[in-house]
Amino acid sequence: MNAPHTFAAPPLEAVPSELLLQPDPSHAARQGLAVLDLQGGLRLWRLAWTLGWFDIRLRYRGSVLGPLWLTLSTGVMVGALGTLYSTLFRMDLHEYLPFLALSLVLWGFLSSLVSDACSCFQQAEGMIRSVRLPFSLHALRVIVRNVLVLGHNVVVIAVVYAVFDRWPGVHALLAVPALALWIVDGLACCLLLGAVCARFRDIPPIVGSVMQIAFFISPVIWRPEMLQGAAAAWLPWNPFFTLLEVVRAPLLGAAPGWGVWASALGFSALLCGAAWIAFVRVRSRLAFWV
Amino acid sequence: MATIQIEGVHVSFPIYHATSRSLKRTVLAAASGAARGGRLQEDSKHRVVVQALRDVSFTLGNGDRLGLVGGNGAGKTTLLRTLAGIYEPVVGRLQVSGAIGALLDPNLGMNPELTGRENIALRGLYNGMARPAIRRLEEDVQDFAELAEFMDLPVRFYSSGMVVRLGFALATAIRPQVLLMDEWFLAGDAAFMDKARARLEDMVRGADILVLSSHNAAVIEEWSTRVIWLEGGRIMADGAPADVLHQYLGGPGVGGPGVGGPGVVGEHAAGDAGPEVTDAGGPGLEAPGLERPGLDGAAGPETGGASVGGTAAA
Repeated sequence: MNAPHTFAAPPLEAVPSELLLQPDPSHAARQGLAVLDLQGGLRLWRLAWTLGWFDIRLRYRGSVLGPLWLTLSTGVMVGALGTLYSTLFRMDLHEYLPFLALSLVLWGFLSSLVSDACSCFQQAEGMIRSVRLPFSLHALRVIVRNVLVLGHNVVVIAVVYAVFDRWPGVHALLAVPALALWIVDGLACCLLLGAVCARFRDIPPIVGSVMQIAFFISPVIWRPEMLQGAAAAWLPWNPFFTLLEVVRAPLLGAAPGWGVWASALGFSALLCGAAWIAFVRVRSRLAFWV
Repeated sequence: MATIQIEGVHVSFPIYHATSRSLKRTVLAAASGAARGGRLQEDSKHRVVVQALRDVSFTLGNGDRLGLVGGNGAGKTTLLRTLAGIYEPVVGRLQVSGAIGALLDPNLGMNPELTGRENIALRGLYNGMARPAIRRLEEDVQDFAELAEFMDLPVRFYSSGMVVRLGFALATAIRPQVLLMDEWFLAGDAAFMDKARARLEDMVRGADILVLSSHNAAVIEEWSTRVIWLEGGRIMADGAPADVLHQYLGGPGVGGPGVGGPGVVGEHAAGDAGPEVTDAGGPGLEAPGLERPGLDGAAGPETGGASVGGTAAA
């Protein structure tokens, strides 16, 4: 113990803040707190980014290839499935493989985002119980983590495109607003599923099975054009298909139809609405549930 | 200028995961009935409810150092978490002016898989700091916590003393106006305690608020200017340290940790906790249900039935 005074003056002052909690059953008051939560989460985007990045780093800490394992395993899967299914469906590998690589990577993003959304708040239990943080921060962290995984997998798509020389051209720009829609939907998904799953622990397995069924009944590994007649008319009612298609079609060099966009936007609006209602209602109880 | 105002605050926990969170457990619970015993009660929706804080009110201003005493489960940690804004009260009002620093558990938001340096960076980001400020924070914490070469090892390899030092250094490096502290920090060694004291005293001198909870009367007496004795989530006494500690140590509630556990609705609070705890909002999350008179009686025969069934099956 040489000189306590050396440490006596902490150099950094925390910004003074105000915390006022008044149980107020009015909807407006709860909505106000939920809005504050969202703003707070967005203001802490750098923290969300770092947390998401640390998640990936931790998963691969000590491994030689690190996050490149993500790329490698996706690459192998795309190669194997592509060869198999192009034989099964009697399709030209040159046509099919770019489609499959893109579909699998994008679907992988969607399905891991949804399953992470279920554990969004439970996983952050330690943080939630030790410091007051906006709950939306944990949702943003899940999105960052999944976007980073997607970033690693994009390499596979690029390689396949380069090998088959199938670049999508200028239509690809249409994928940008579609990806923005995905981020918004992802946030809604985390807030909704995260809250519901924190309360009801039986929901995650149900969500898991729904995603698995959706994978097979939606045109992910098979092309939507393969569906003929009346069945094809139902396609726009499949939110998994239309949400996938708004990003996938532009990246394959085609503009998605208005029906697809309308459906994707409609289902997104429903999802966001449901997420907002649920979040406004249960936000104050989440700390007790995790 | 830091203040804490807390008025008539109730906090209650619905304990879902212990009993009926999952469908499967609900089914199992039907079979086991009230075999769990009388401490926890189920409400009409088969939820177990614990009243953790009941009608807690006090006001703190600049320079106050509040000590919280009480047995295990008296509500000390819940009160600290409520003051930190983590648990939002079901009933009552809480206003805290000033940046809050909370040392509630040794890991306090630290990820044990991440290195000390990474945890420090996260804390800096949480406080909205830019890169140069985070570097300063890192240096300060590193010096204070004497981590040296351990800075780049995951926190789970740290000794418990190192974790405490890191946690304390982090919570006080970014100087809060209101410091909420659970007793774990006493795990530090003597040399560290001297350092911690110097830092804390400086903080409190700077007209800030300290709220400290402990089982240990000596610690409370040394650190506090005011003491609140909690038992069963209620304030039993509030006043000068000597007076309250005298009551606490000599009163009927003594007998060491474990006395007076959490106030369980139905155990000794059915009547008074009832009417106030209403409407936290919405189906499935409104305030914890209240004990139904006769629930015990109703559950009895069920248990009997189940065990008879079991016997028959056997």
